[in-house]
This record gives sequence, C-alpha cells and structure tokens, in this order.
Amino acid sequence: MISVVNVHKRFGSQVVLDGVSLEIEKGKTTTIVGPSGVGKSVLLKLIMGILNPEKGEVFVCGENITKAETEHERNLIRRHLGVLFQSAALFDSLTVYDNVLFPLVERGEIKCREEMHRMVEEMLYSLSLEDHALSYPEEISIGMRKRVGMARALVTKPDILLFDEPNTGLDPLVGQEVYDLIAESKEKWGFTGVVISHELPEVFQVSDTVVMLLRGNIVMQGSPEDFINTDNAEVQQFLYGRTDGPIRIQ
Amino acid sequence: MVAIAVSHLVASTERFGSFLVDIAEGFGKAWIFLFKILLSIFKLPLRLHLLLVQLYQIGVNSSLVIALIAGFTGAVLAVQGEYTLSKFGATAFTGSAVALSLIRELGPVLTALMVIGRAGSAITAEVGIMRITEQIDALRSMAVDPIKYLMVPRFVAGLIAMPLLCAMFIVIGIGGGYVVGVGLLGLSSGTFMSQMIHAVGLTDVYSGFIKSLVFGFIFGWVSCYKGYTCGFGAVGVNKATTQSVVTASVAVLVVDYFLTSILTRVFL
Repeated sequence: MISVVNVHKRFGSQVVLDGVSLEIEKGKTTTIVGPSGVGKSVLLKLIMGILNPEKGEVFVCGENITKAETEHERNLIRRHLGVLFQSAALFDSLTVYDNVLFPLVERGEIKCREEMHRMVEEMLYSLSLEDHALSYPEEISIGMRKRVGMARALVTKPDILLFDEPNTGLDPLVGQEVYDLIAESKEKWGFTGVVISHELPEVFQVSDTVVMLLRGNIVMQGSPEDFINTDNAEVQQFLYGRTDGPIRIQ
Repeated sequence: MVAIAVSHLVASTERFGSFLVDIAEGFGKAWIFLFKILLSIFKLPLRLHLLLVQLYQIGVNSSLVIALIAGFTGAVLAVQGEYTLSKFGATAFTGSAVALSLIRELGPVLTALMVIGRAGSAITAEVGIMRITEQIDALRSMAVDPIKYLMVPRFVAGLIAMPLLCAMFIVIGIGGGYVVGVGLLGLSSGTFMSQMIHAVGLTDVYSGFIKSLVFGFIFGWVSCYKGYTCGFGAVGVNKATTQSVVTASVAVLVVDYFLTSILTRVFL
C-alpha cells in the first residue's frame, strides 16, 4: 500500500533519514516507533508529500508522490490519505460539524450537499460526537478534539489513515480511549493504518507490524511479540525506558 | 597566536557569508511566495466568501481606528497649517494645505501604517499559529492548497481594503481639518472649501490612489509571508509578528519616497 524506497532526508547538516526502506501492507496497521527527534514525523510528512526527500522515492497506492511535479498531482495522490495530527489540527474558526464537513466541500468530489451533510451526520454519530456538533474546538476536551480529528480524517473514506503520535499529552484513560477508537474505526472502515508513536508498549495493541527507527535507519521490524521477545539491547532499552544502555539520550 | 587570529577571521567570514546567504535566500523565497499567490488568484474555485470575511476583518474592523486617527490628523494639520501660513499672511490656503497633505501623502501612508499595525500583525499571528499547530499541514493533507485557501483571500482583501480605507481617512481627515479650522480657528468656511477645491486636482487623487494600492500590496505580501514562514512555538510567532510589522512599515516608507518622486514627475 505504501512503499518507502531508500529515502534520505537531511535538514542542514543534520541527517534525519539515511536510506530508509519500508513496505506497509494493505489492511494492516504499521507502527513506527523510536526516540524523539529520530525522524518519525519526517517520514510521515514524506508519505504525505509535504516534504520531499533528497534521495529515494515514496509510493502511495502505487503512485510515486515524490516524483509528482505539481501540487495538483500530489493532491490527487493525497486523496488516498487521511491524517490524524498530534494536536488534531482542527480549524479554530469552524465548528466541529464544519471541521468534519470541510474536506468533503473542499475536495468537491460529491456535488450533492444533502449527501455531504448525511455523511457528516453519520460520522458524528459513529464517533459519538453528535452532542458537540455546534461546539468550537476550544470548547471541547483534547480527547474529544482527537475524536473530531479522526472524524475529519475518516469522512472522505481514505484507503490509508496516518496517525501522528495519537495520544501524546493525554492522560492514560483518554490515551486508551484513543487506542480503542483506532481499533474500532479500523474494524468498521478497514483502512491501512500508519501510527507514529513512542508510547511503548501501549501502542502494540493497535499494531500488526512495528518498525523502530534509530540513527536515521530501521533497527528492527517485526510483530509486537517479536519486539517484546527480542534480545536487541537498543530495542529493550527503548521498550522499557531505561536510561542506561546503548541509546544515548539527547 | 597567528593561527588563533586566522581561525577567528575565518569563523567571522563564515558567519558573515552565512548571514548574506540567509538574506538572499529569504528574499528569493519571498518573491517565489508572491509569485505563487499571484498565480493562485485566478485559479478556481474563487472562494468569494473567504474574501468577504477577510474584507470584513481588514476593512470594517480597521475603520474605527482609521476614522479616529484621520479626524485628529486633519485637526492637527489645520492647526499647524494655519500657524505656518499665518506667518506669510496666507491662512486662506489652510484648506488646500490640509487636503493636499492628506490626499497626496498622509492619507495613504498613515492608513497603511495603521492597517499594518492592526490587521497585518493579526494576519501574521493567525497564519503563524496555524503553521505551528499543523493546521496548514492539515490543509495540504486534505489536498487543499493553503496558498489559495489562506493567502489569496488575505492578499486580495488587502489590495481592495487599503484604497477604500485611505479614501475614508482622507474624507474624515478633511472633515477634522474643517471643524478645527472653521469652527475653532475662525477661518472662513467658503474660503476653506473653495481654496481646497481649487487646489486639488485629479492627479493628486490618482497619486494617493496608486500609493494606497501599492501599500496594500506590500501589506498583504509581507504579513502573509511572515505568517506562512513562521518559526517554531510562541517565540516563532512573536518574532514573525514583530518582523512583519517592522518590515512592512519600513517598506511602506521607503517605497513612499520613490513613488512620490516618480508620481510627481509623471503627473507634472
């Protein structure tokens, strides 16, 4: 579904990704983990086509987003994607209802306004947001905002849903609620998921495959069980949050 | 000792070179950004509702402060004009002095500075916060061009609102000058008005209009660019907003000199 082929990305003199290659299977949820600043969000932005690599290619549903020459071409590929941002990234000036309606109106694929409103209402009901439809983002809790972000990402029925640190800054209860939401939504809408996280081992509950990034490259890829049972000292150190070990804390 | 001096010299040269490269790069990026906005203006959909919202934010919301400044500027001009002209026994020309100063110079410049301070800083802060809270990335991820969706309505609204606010400034300023000149300083109403009508020509109005249009262009370009390229966090927004107001205000005053020189020759 997504192929990342030998991707290199640097910012100034700092090498962030150094030849990363990754295959993300259709219908599965792949979680990319690693310490802060290791390039997880950069990888996500490369998949979205918001950043371009210095070298390498990214294919989304078979289409090369790095080689798209115009923003219009990139936008056509982005239609396969939905994104739940770390802060939910809701538009402050729009109500919950209008935030969810926004991608439908802007994409212009559905011409019938009644159809669009029906889709938004359905999505709000599915995610238990109907009572907050007329609230503004500032009036609802962060957990609820994530829910709205999810509704906005799902309303266009994307093939792939990207989650950028979906429960960073949330308390354990709300964090678990977000994981439950991801699992329920995946079951209901059947998308391919890519989760960026450093919340281990909690994120394993929504993961089919886990990929760990370190020093600009993949140090381990496998199932959550493989990660729990591995002897890899770096993975062990990161998994159990030990300060002593081969990974230097920056 | 020599080696240390050489290494200091090399480091200083590198810093200076890097500073120059940064300036050149920033300048180039600002022009590319402007080019993208200009290209996007005529792309469909036009999104007129967003333009109306921005016209309200920039135009209507600035009108009260513009009216206040304009009234007092006209009043001060009348007092100063009457004082200066009285030294030459020419107080009858107070009306023309007030009107010409406002139409040719103070109207466009003060309107631009006020709009930059009020609406320009607001645009930079708003877009900057959208940048750091990933709302701009969210737009792009939803296949919506942020230049077209966010920047074009603000840029075009600036172009439309600035001449209108300037016209309002001039009218209210002349009104303020009339009230003080005729009402308080005892100038003749007929002389004030007739000298003003006699002295002001269409070329003066064109000159003021062209200036306000150019200042509207600078206002939109700088405030949108600084917000769009805002750095990280609260410090980034703070820096972008300050830079936006300072850059646009300085640009207006510098461009004003050259425009005045050119327009004075063109309309002579």
